[in-house]
Amino acid sequence: MVTRIRELLAKHGALPVSVETLSDTADLYEAGLSSFASVQLMLALEDAFNVEFPEHLLNRKSFASIAAIRDAVASLTGEAVA
Amino acid sequence: MNEVARAKALSLTERARRAAAVAAAHADDVDAAGRFPREAVDAMKAERLLGIQVPAYLGGEGASTAEIAEVCSILGQACSASAMVFAMHQIKASSLVSHGEGAPWHEGYMRRMAADQLLLASATTEGGIGGNLRNSICAIEVDGDICRLTKDATVISYATEADAILITSRARADSAPSDQVMTVFEKGQYTLEKTHHWDTLGMRGTRSDGFIFKGEAPAEQILPKPFAEIAAQSMLANSHILWSGVWFGIASDAFARAQAFVRAAARKSPGSVPPGALRLAEASNLLQLVKSNILAALQQYDAAQKDETKLSSMGFAVAMNNVKIASSQTILEIINHCLLICGIMGYKNGTPYSLGRHLRDAHSAQLMISNDRILGNTSTMLLVNKQDTSLLG
Ligand SMILES: Cc1cc2nc3c(=O)[nH]c(=O)nc-3n(C[C@H](O)[C@H](O)[C@H](O)COP(=O)(O)OP(=O)(O)OC[C@H]3O[C@@H](n4cnc5c(N)ncnc54)[C@H](O)[C@@H]3O)c2cc1C
Repeated sequence: MVTRIRELLAKHGALPVSVETLSDTADLYEAGLSSFASVQLMLALEDAFNVEFPEHLLNRKSFASIAAIRDAVASLTGEAVA
Repeated sequence: MNEVARAKALSLTERARRAAAVAAAHADDVDAAGRFPREAVDAMKAERLLGIQVPAYLGGEGASTAEIAEVCSILGQACSASAMVFAMHQIKASSLVSHGEGAPWHEGYMRRMAADQLLLASATTEGGIGGNLRNSICAIEVDGDICRLTKDATVISYATEADAILITSRARADSAPSDQVMTVFEKGQYTLEKTHHWDTLGMRGTRSDGFIFKGEAPAEQILPKPFAEIAAQSMLANSHILWSGVWFGIASDAFARAQAFVRAAARKSPGSVPPGALRLAEASNLLQLVKSNILAALQQYDAAQKDETKLSSMGFAVAMNNVKIASSQTILEIINHCLLICGIMGYKNGTPYSLGRHLRDAHSAQLMISNDRILGNTSTMLLVNKQDTSLLG
């Protein structure tokens, strides 16, 4: 799942740095994730994992790092995080 | 009883009304000369209004956003420029109160702010970025214990009158434009080289000139949280609610003038309802809409404050953006109704029904963070966020 998230982040995150240089826990906002890009990323994740982000996950925290995104998506797909 | 105790013993609204009376007496001159509302701000200080938001344990009164919005509205009915100065000061104070607690320097500063009634200014707008406050070009440089910043700040209201400027920048020289911090620079720690002169249609007394800001201060004056969190968790709601409080005040005073006009007309011709009365009823309806919208936002903010996740959520940001859009647009409609009611007496300066200043000041509302920009942000969020369709939330 993390690999797929990284792919989507590279495609939609519009980050000024390469996604490979970021650890799973690196702060994406510090890395330059804008609110516009985070919405584009959300839409891509919804499409890729066939989920819909509910209200309580639509906040900065859910998208603060690759690990946070993984947890958010996992909580929706019911997949184990590992 | 000393002066401070005397001021605090009166109710907040009573103190605000006394400051508003001073502001009203000078409003036309402040507007005509485009000068800082010195008398009104001195009155706010005398009434101890500048420190009300500081928590009681730091020497303030822990005033709520609702109480502060009410003061904004009372001042707005007297002099919009004075009210906007007060609102902008309180918005900056909210950044300190919400995010400076636990930080020794910022707690000390809040204590001094309350004790000495210090006035805070804001510098988020930057040449090349315009009103996009979540992006900065300039970056703060931290060199050991010292931080330095140069910013092309194209709009800083009452900059030369302020005791401190809270200013945004990128967190480091290699940070992304959206990775920002906010720093408190005190008077004496910066120089201001004037670049733009504030000669505007309205809000002339805010003296929002442009400057090249150059500052150097101890690095501990940088607020300990990323600006993104400050913006989302306190600045967004406080700006939109307190600005709306000021605008509601402007529209309320315009309404009061129109109502006085209609009543005078009714007295002159007993037995018939004056032609402006119907339009006054429409304006009353719109004024109530603005008020309800602000009150709903206050309730929502109050509920969200207990829940940091909610505070940073898209749903909350959408709701606050909508409050700003609605009040900034609706006040123009209200004041226009009032102008039609008062006719030439409203159009002329120097009558009890004059509305020129109200109309010009109110036009700043849709530009102060451009409504188009705000609608753009909201429309992005609505790609994923669902509209709140419940009545009670
Ligand atoms: C009375 C008053 C006092 C102020 N005091 C201060 C102060 O003390 N400190 C401070 O920092 N700032 C202050 N400001 C400035 C304010 O914060 C905004 O920065 C400013 O009003 C917006 O500037 P702008 O219209 O030049 O820029 P922009 O927001 O860039 O807008 C320019 C134009 O471009 C359009 N536009 C630009 N970007 C977008 C977008 N993404 N989507 C849609 N449309 C877009 C807008 O519709 C607008 O017509 C004050 C403003 C006022 C009116």
